[in-house]
Amino acid sequence: MIDFGYTLTRDRQLDYDHGDFRYLKLVKSLEPSMDLCIGCGSCTATCSAAGFTNFNIRKLHTVIRRGDPESIKAELKKCMFCGKCQLVCPRGVNLRNLILAMNRAIEILG
Amino acid sequence: MIKFNLFVLPFSLGLIYIVYSIVMHYYRWIRALPAVDKVKLSAGIRTPLKVLASLKEIFLEGLIHRKLWKRNPLLGYMHMSFAFGWFLLIVMGNLESRVYHGAYINAPYYPIFLKFFIHDRLVLFFEIFTVPAFFRFIMDFLLLFVLSGLVLAWIKRKQSKWFGMKQTTRHNFFDRVALTCLWLIFPMRLLAESYTAGYFHGGGGFLTQNLGNLLIMITPGPAELIAYFFWWTYSLVLGLFFIMMPYSRYMHIPSELLLIIFRNCGIQPKKWGSSFSDLEVRSCSRCGVCIDACQLNFAAGINTIQAVYLIRSQREQYIPDHIAQTCMLCGRCQEACPVGIKIDSLRLIKRREIGSGQVSDFSYITNSHPGFADVVYFAGCMSHLTPSIPIAMEGIFKEAGINYLFLDRNGSICCGRPLMLAGKDKQANELIEFNKTLIRQTRAKLLVTSCPICYKIFREEYNLPIRIQHHSQYLLELVKEGKIALQSQHRRVVYHDPCDLGRGGNIYEAPRELLGKISDLVTSEKDRADALCCGGSLALMSTSMLTKNEVTSDALQSLLANDPDILVTACPLCKKTFSKLSKTEVRDIAELVHDAIPGRSTPIVSALKNPEAVIS
Repeated sequence: MIDFGYTLTRDRQLDYDHGDFRYLKLVKSLEPSMDLCIGCGSCTATCSAAGFTNFNIRKLHTVIRRGDPESIKAELKKCMFCGKCQLVCPRGVNLRNLILAMNRAIEILG
Repeated sequence: MIKFNLFVLPFSLGLIYIVYSIVMHYYRWIRALPAVDKVKLSAGIRTPLKVLASLKEIFLEGLIHRKLWKRNPLLGYMHMSFAFGWFLLIVMGNLESRVYHGAYINAPYYPIFLKFFIHDRLVLFFEIFTVPAFFRFIMDFLLLFVLSGLVLAWIKRKQSKWFGMKQTTRHNFFDRVALTCLWLIFPMRLLAESYTAGYFHGGGGFLTQNLGNLLIMITPGPAELIAYFFWWTYSLVLGLFFIMMPYSRYMHIPSELLLIIFRNCGIQPKKWGSSFSDLEVRSCSRCGVCIDACQLNFAAGINTIQAVYLIRSQREQYIPDHIAQTCMLCGRCQEACPVGIKIDSLRLIKRREIGSGQVSDFSYITNSHPGFADVVYFAGCMSHLTPSIPIAMEGIFKEAGINYLFLDRNGSICCGRPLMLAGKDKQANELIEFNKTLIRQTRAKLLVTSCPICYKIFREEYNLPIRIQHHSQYLLELVKEGKIALQSQHRRVVYHDPCDLGRGGNIYEAPRELLGKISDLVTSEKDRADALCCGGSLALMSTSMLTKNEVTSDALQSLLANDPDILVTACPLCKKTFSKLSKTEVRDIAELVHDAIPGRSTPIVSALKNPEAVIS
């Protein structure tokens, strides 16, 4: 590759035609309340794990929705499962089960 | 004397089968015990006190059904008449057969069908004072006793409410067949004995003789043949009942005996499926008492996941995920279960099977030394959502002059119980290790927590060498030691027992005693071991928020029936859950104690905007 003396940041444009939506479909069937999310981020703000690291549930949720599940696999392991997120959720999303469902989806789909 | 007839064969075959089956089951259960438990068992059955305790429990629970009596006298009588009545029929029948046959060993069928073989008449007047007459009376009396229970059982099918049960179990095919056999056994015996007594004009007691005479009078046809037909039916239903026993709920009869012995020998439930859990599963009589106890049933209309269905599907070797996961693990069913099955631990066994595959990565938690103190205070994740609780606690610590350390001031490492409730023990243990190290490093002698969820796991899984107290116990101790003085506010409060503190931690009195000092405690309809769950349980996995709200509303309705000023609880999760839907003020016991200290002028509620005012 020719060295032009500068680099480009990785392309962050999302291609919805080539996203991996199998995860989204499975997770949604396991926890339908996922659809209630308005993305307010209360869950992430109160998260116990987020107090120690950059774990971000809202991000996981968004990423899986966009069909890019690869990045969640390592992140998901950080959850301590304490359940504060679902107590503060103003929409009543069952967040603990959502995490379980994401885990399950990774288990099933690899 | 002729002592055999072909009709005894079905009964005899059934008896051979059930004895073989029970022996095999017992053998497997005992053989599969871990070595530790085998030692406990062999030591237990050689300790007279433990044997006596087992026998007493077998008599009271297995025959008399004491717990069912307490629940509802009609229900208790019905079960007692079947169990105790049948037991006495067997014992007395055996004794009676010895009168006619002196041998030490009788064929097992001989006492059962004695009246077919023996029908001598008692002619002379004084003969009603003889031994045979006594037995005839007693046997008829016992038969009547069992039949009275049978009539109640029929009524219960239609009017279970009279028996203190709103809902009963939906039985499967095998249970229905076994139940039909059980229901037919005693009427068949009555008819067989009556016809025989009527035909021979003797041999019966007050019931069978008189009924027999009447039947002979009113029914045409060959009485001897009719009697013979009923003897056959009697033997057939008995035999069929025995053969169905290992495949139906009636396996609980032999299983429960061994379960009682196991328990009295100190054998504990295991974390994974084991001989003990299998024994518990087979000891379930599917009576359905757990269905009425379940809030998901009576408050939210979910009626497929209750303990009885969990245990039945476990016995059928397949528990659907939703049955395992839809449960608050509040422990109400466990408390109500007349057999004393540890239902929550059975459900957790299944959850561990589901959840064990997933892994966690907590490498981000770094360990920095927390510092030293006499008392270490762990608020818990949930208390961080209800900041008034840790603020109140800090204010009290300061007031009492305690050298304390707020271990999770800057955010908690979760105690691990929420992971365990999801069946992820391995991950939970990682968190437990982190917290244990931190707690040990403080060199404190006492760990105080504000969260009953943490309290339960601290006591059960942490193996800490120090004292562990929930703040309700700790505050009471402070008051008793004179470290804080309280002044009653004279407000009417109702106390809600959190599941993990009450049923889970057996702490009922400390919070009540404490509240008695600072307020006027009003009672609620269901409290202590019978207390309702707030509906916020972390054990409830896949249930929607709307369903949880139904449980919460129902619990609130029951708690607030006496119209108190404040609803007090001792758990941040209960507080958070109730606050959402309650019109009455919901507060934690620590806040109330803080506000009752004279001189601490800043009430907790106003302190939320300025915590320093309280803590300093």
